[in-house]
Amino acid sequence: MIRMQAVGLRYPGRDGPEVLRDLDAFVPAGGFRWLLGPSGAGKTSLLRLLYLAVRPSRGRLDLLGTEIGAADRAALALLRRRIGVVFQDFRLLDHLTAFDNVALPLRIAGRPEGQIRADVTEMLRWVGLHSRRNVHPPALSGGEQQRVAIARAVINRPSLLLADEPTGNLDDAQAERLMQLLKELNRLGTTVVVATHNAALVARHPAPALELEAGQLVAGGGAADGGRRADRGQRVDG
Amino acid sequence: MAEPRRRWLRPRGADDLGLRRALADRALPLLVASMTFLAALSAAGFVAASAIARHWQEGAAASLTVLVPRPGEPAAEPGRTRRDAALAVLGGSPALAEFRALADTELADLLRPWLGADAERMSLPLPAVIAVRLAHGAGERGADLDALAARLEAAAPGALLERQDVWARRLAVLARSLQACAGVVLLLVGAVAAALVAVATRAGLAARREAIEIVHLLGATDAYIAAGFARRVTWLAGLGGTAGAITALPILLALGLLALPFLRRDIAAASDPAALAGAVPPLLWLVLPALAAAAAAIGWLTAQATVRAWLRGLP
Ligand SMILES: Nc1ncnc2c1ncn2[C@@H]1O[C@H](COP(=O)(O)OP(=O)(O)OP(=O)(O)O)[C@@H](O)[C@H]1O
Ligand SMILES: [Mg+2]
Repeated sequence: MIRMQAVGLRYPGRDGPEVLRDLDAFVPAGGFRWLLGPSGAGKTSLLRLLYLAVRPSRGRLDLLGTEIGAADRAALALLRRRIGVVFQDFRLLDHLTAFDNVALPLRIAGRPEGQIRADVTEMLRWVGLHSRRNVHPPALSGGEQQRVAIARAVINRPSLLLADEPTGNLDDAQAERLMQLLKELNRLGTTVVVATHNAALVARHPAPALELEAGQLVAGGGAADGGRRADRGQRVDG
Repeated sequence: MAEPRRRWLRPRGADDLGLRRALADRALPLLVASMTFLAALSAAGFVAASAIARHWQEGAAASLTVLVPRPGEPAAEPGRTRRDAALAVLGGSPALAEFRALADTELADLLRPWLGADAERMSLPLPAVIAVRLAHGAGERGADLDALAARLEAAAPGALLERQDVWARRLAVLARSLQACAGVVLLLVGAVAAALVAVATRAGLAARREAIEIVHLLGATDAYIAAGFARRVTWLAGLGGTAGAITALPILLALGLLALPFLRRDIAAASDPAALAGAVPPLLWLVLPALAAAAAAIGWLTAQATVRAWLRGLP
């Protein structure tokens, strides 16, 4: 569940206009949203708000039932464990193997090592990287790195999954495979937001979209409670 | 039984943040070792200053001499010689542990080097000499001795109290100043060690900024990240502290052997087999491991504080 009320964002130390202005939006639990808009519109900035890399400088943001402005550091850390992120540049840790990268969210959450071993092994099989589990990211291909990043984002069964240009460097077949994965997770109840420039991909997988332009939402936000309307198409079609 | 239990533990040497390469693993132990070495020397100075001060107070400074000229003549009080009057005054003073009038033969022994074997037959007008040992601490209380001198003067006019308490007090002040200097050096060394650890930790934070941000975004608490740094820093600082303390040991032993004849009359020379055991005051055997532990503790505390302060810059 995502709810934004008059949210604004200004990067610290920058005066001038806000990067994001007057955002009002609601995405229900289990919803799927494209995040669209021209380069520089603020898509990455909005996702950064949602994965709690920045706090809103204005307005009220609720994530998974928690009001961000009122939460303390420990509560935010716990909330981040329920949010999976596929970064545009993957952001894998080069000094860890593929296995340890995928295991990282579980280790941070303090899971017992036996369970970690089983879960990560299963996850690596699922993304087809079991044979590459002891390889470090710099020795993996771009597609393999991306699958590690996806495995790390979903290993903890997140309630909210955010992906920033996840198909940016992929060919159509790989992009299609990723979409199937995201839709499968969405079917299992995960709220998904995907920022992309890929119009063809959006056309093949029609779903409601949050459309940003120059830091403002021009479509798809709905009223703060509008997302409850049945016709908002909670899940992605096709 | 080991196998199922091991499955529940983190893999040995798990290093999520990649600190093994990021934290100066040679410079930091080396610098902490130097700091611990300096701290060991000043701790030894502290212990030595207090040992020497105690020795003076119990030894030289605790003894004084009373000279009574014309001891055989009658005192102001009827029926007593001046010697007896002086002894009576000394007997009534609580500041004295013991006193003893030297016999004439002892006096002659003392004078023989100057006057030759015939000193006794020269019937010189020698004073009575009374050797006095002060009760513990009395040497530092000048007022007690002033009162005693006044009472001696009243009982046997002309009696001399040969005092060493002014000298003793000066030595005590000197010893305490040395101790204070050693204490200040210890504090400074601790502060410099903390600053070194802070600088090394901040360099590590800068080097691993990307990894820390990622781990933070994956939901790591400040405690988790700080513990990762603190574990590594504590190990490096403890290593340095132990090395520094071990390096200081032979030097402290050598210094202790040099100081030994001044502190222990029963051990005449450094070659005495009992010397080695007694060379290092027992307190130092506690201080050296304590310094290594303190280095590790400073490392842990400083790393925790530095990392947590830095993390507050992240949302
Ligand atoms: N860390 C930052 N500090 C200051 N300004 C920033 C920062 N990140 C982004 N901006 C500014 O915020 C605005 C929106 O940037 P953002 O990255 O959110 O756009 P975007 O929609 O993701 O663009 P793209 O499609 O090219 O990735 C831009 O004007 C950018 O200069
Ligand atoms: Mg972007």
